[in-house]
Amino acid sequence: MKAYAHAAAILALASAFAVAIPSSGARAAQPGAQPAQPAASTVATPDPIRVLDCLTFGPTETDLEKLRREGLTRWLDGQLHPPRTDALPPAAQAQIDSLAVAQKPMAALVADIAEKGKALRDITDPDLKRAAQQAFQQSLNDFARQAATRDILRDLYAPTQLRERMTWFWFNHFNVHQYKADIRAMVGDYVDSAIRPHALGRFRDLLGATLHHPAMLRYLDNAQNAVGHLNENYAREIMELHTMGVGSGYTQADVEELARILTGVGIDASPQNPHLKPELAGQLVRQGLFEFNPARHDYGDKVFLGHHIAGRGYAEVEEALDILAKQPATARHISRQIAVYLVSDNPPQALIDRMGETFLRTNGDIASVLRTMVTAPEFAAAAAHGKFKDPVRYVLSAVRLAYGDKVILNTAPIQGWLNRMAEGLYNHETPDGYPLAESSWNGPGQLAVRFEIARQIGSGSAGLFRPEGPGQTDRPAFPQFQNALYFSALKHELKPATVAVLDQAISPQEWNALFLSSPDFMR
Amino acid sequence: MQSAFSRRTLLKALAALGPATVAGRVWAAPQTEARLLVVFLRGAYDAANVVIPIGSDFYYQSRPTLAVPRPGSNPAKGIAEAIALDGDWGMHPALSASMLPLWQKKQIAFVPFAGTDDLTRSHFETQDTIELGQPVGGTRNYQSGFMARLAGVLTETRPIAFTDQLPLVFHGGETPIPNVGLNAVGKPALDGRQVALISKLYQDDPLSASVAEGFHVRDDVYQSISRESAAANRNAVSPKGFELSARRIARLMRGGYNLGFVDVGGWDTHVNQGGSFGYLADRLTELGRGLAGFADEIGPEVWRDTVVVVISEFGRTFRENGDKGTDHGHGSVYWVLGGGVRGGRIVGEQVKVAQATLFQNRDYPVLTDYRALFGGLLSRMYGLDQAALQKVFAGIQPKDMTLV
Repeated sequence: MKAYAHAAAILALASAFAVAIPSSGARAAQPGAQPAQPAASTVATPDPIRVLDCLTFGPTETDLEKLRREGLTRWLDGQLHPPRTDALPPAAQAQIDSLAVAQKPMAALVADIAEKGKALRDITDPDLKRAAQQAFQQSLNDFARQAATRDILRDLYAPTQLRERMTWFWFNHFNVHQYKADIRAMVGDYVDSAIRPHALGRFRDLLGATLHHPAMLRYLDNAQNAVGHLNENYAREIMELHTMGVGSGYTQADVEELARILTGVGIDASPQNPHLKPELAGQLVRQGLFEFNPARHDYGDKVFLGHHIAGRGYAEVEEALDILAKQPATARHISRQIAVYLVSDNPPQALIDRMGETFLRTNGDIASVLRTMVTAPEFAAAAAHGKFKDPVRYVLSAVRLAYGDKVILNTAPIQGWLNRMAEGLYNHETPDGYPLAESSWNGPGQLAVRFEIARQIGSGSAGLFRPEGPGQTDRPAFPQFQNALYFSALKHELKPATVAVLDQAISPQEWNALFLSSPDFMR
Repeated sequence: MQSAFSRRTLLKALAALGPATVAGRVWAAPQTEARLLVVFLRGAYDAANVVIPIGSDFYYQSRPTLAVPRPGSNPAKGIAEAIALDGDWGMHPALSASMLPLWQKKQIAFVPFAGTDDLTRSHFETQDTIELGQPVGGTRNYQSGFMARLAGVLTETRPIAFTDQLPLVFHGGETPIPNVGLNAVGKPALDGRQVALISKLYQDDPLSASVAEGFHVRDDVYQSISRESAAANRNAVSPKGFELSARRIARLMRGGYNLGFVDVGGWDTHVNQGGSFGYLADRLTELGRGLAGFADEIGPEVWRDTVVVVISEFGRTFRENGDKGTDHGHGSVYWVLGGGVRGGRIVGEQVKVAQATLFQNRDYPVLTDYRALFGGLLSRMYGLDQAALQKVFAGIQPKDMTLV
């Protein structure tokens, strides 16, 4: 991570292509060390509210004020190269610190679950067994819910909003499903150690981190992939979903060769090393629960994407990931996915091309790719329309707007709303992750559900301020959408039909529900 | 209610007369009660272990731990045999309580070697291929699913997806096609006045039709489901999982909806899929119960006019992999069931199941293209002519497999 801080300083100096927010007047104009970028004067200025829509979980008064004060360039620098510490409000940080998933390492959680599972098998009385099974599932569920609580609190309150959005994006890109085996005990660590530290870093590091994480190896079955027992599942998804994208030129033979390269990459929770022949013992790699077991590896040579790969053990895996991360197809695929997630369903090809060039030039530096996107001449127009919010962004932006810096005390209502809208955290069953397109979220049935959620969010605090656990009392707070941000910015952009309907609200609760149901708030 | 026979006669007569088109649309047979439900098994179900090539020695060689034993082979205790359908094919024993009775009533047909010409072996890509129903290799129009195009050439259709998200297959309807997830339907929380106000919010918005349709479907579904408790007493245990959804779908399709889509996940069995018992068997039990529950719930009269097609994106490797599972393959087996289906048959072009006939020495080949199958079926069900069919599946020669 030290390398990061260094890179941050260089890039901050290099940010000559300033796109200042007009009202800020703070135009950064350091001399640039980067290749030529479009001059600021030719670049349309993105609307600050739209910038926050694209790059955060929804505008708040605090964030808008900060963006205006710093100007886009400086604000973006801060977002792209955030400090390591979270700088969460103490009330949010304290909640996170109290969670078991934040206190215990993953290996301990996994061991705990394995222990409980083992004890289960020894119970013969059917009633006792059923009770024990329920308790077993309950502890797994608790781990996943705690992980979700931490993510939601960060999404709502971290000043590092872009990192949080990219963390969601990358989790979804390298999706795992919580309900497979013991993954619920792993998702918290998967986010915290594999995804989030690299969310704005190098793509190659991110790819490597997901490959080394037991959640991924469990989810896509590579823990079962061994010489003579080939399992292609993970190998295929690495190429199809994680890196190059489907139809980008690799073949079934490449899938099989990558599967061979990945043989022996798996999970080992045992404190003892596997029993190995002396000549293989030096090839063993262990790192937490990750294990490369040479006895399970196919030591034959491989030909992967046209490269001859000498069979020699774990180094083949790193070589294959290097090859994948450098493919132009990977640069294009990742750039496009990011632009679709943050900007619009059909981002201009020129925008994707620019991002892809940056990806290749910087060896997949995600922060640089994002900077290229935001400072590209196409950005302002592409972002101007506003993208229909997926359920996660919808709910979080509503809670951020309603309560601002007043930290909620319970994330359970949010988790419930997201599940009802079919975008629960860690809950997409297949490796493609949740769809990013607007049309996946605005079907008739989904709109009807969303209006009901709007009513729940708008009517009161809905349990958000009643801490979990026995003996806790609710400290209700009214969701205040007609706040400073509303009067200073949002109100002026409302469509006439929305203004007319809001005037007919017969209570503050109904006003809230209608505001949250309006097409203006959906985008 | 007329009999299925007379309706088909009517449809055939209509086809013989040439299609009656009005403003470019083909009229489905007057008073036709035809209903179509497409069930998509997402994840590529292992067809070879469900409709089992019991006549093939190669099958038993290729699947040492997964194969379901031949009928009459008296396997060891704790293993069940396949159920013979004919000399070549058997049914997985997990379907004995649910689908075997339909087979005996000749209300279910199986189409082996069915699938697509998409060779990516990617779940998501091939699911998209099928749902879009467009030629592989061309530029894809993601705003044009084949069932939406079908809804466009029929009159009097009320399409609906029983899914949390609107599936690609229904993208691009002339009017937005509704979707509804059936697992979490509660009493509508918004009153009539609030519904009117929200509708007004969208009066000039591109989503206005979707908003209206969403409220409409919400009311339909709630009314249908709130009658459930009265009906539920007939069942010894209350249904859950897919059966609960399938019975709800049946009630909605007995009412106004006549073109439905639902998907069922959990078929991507790379590891420990089991043989006559185990993971895949459990999924099949649930699927079979759901389909039988659907037939039961929709009632004998409507069932006569209903066709259910069960599809999946591709089959799995014919040989088991090293993990007692199977990887991504090619050809699959589709199911066609309904009260008026000419079932009790294995339908379509076939080859002997042997190593020599495998596609790329790995998978079942595809001998029946999904579009040709649907084309032939749709033309029989709805009397669609060639021009109308071309709007649904451009450039495809329908295959008349006399399924209805």
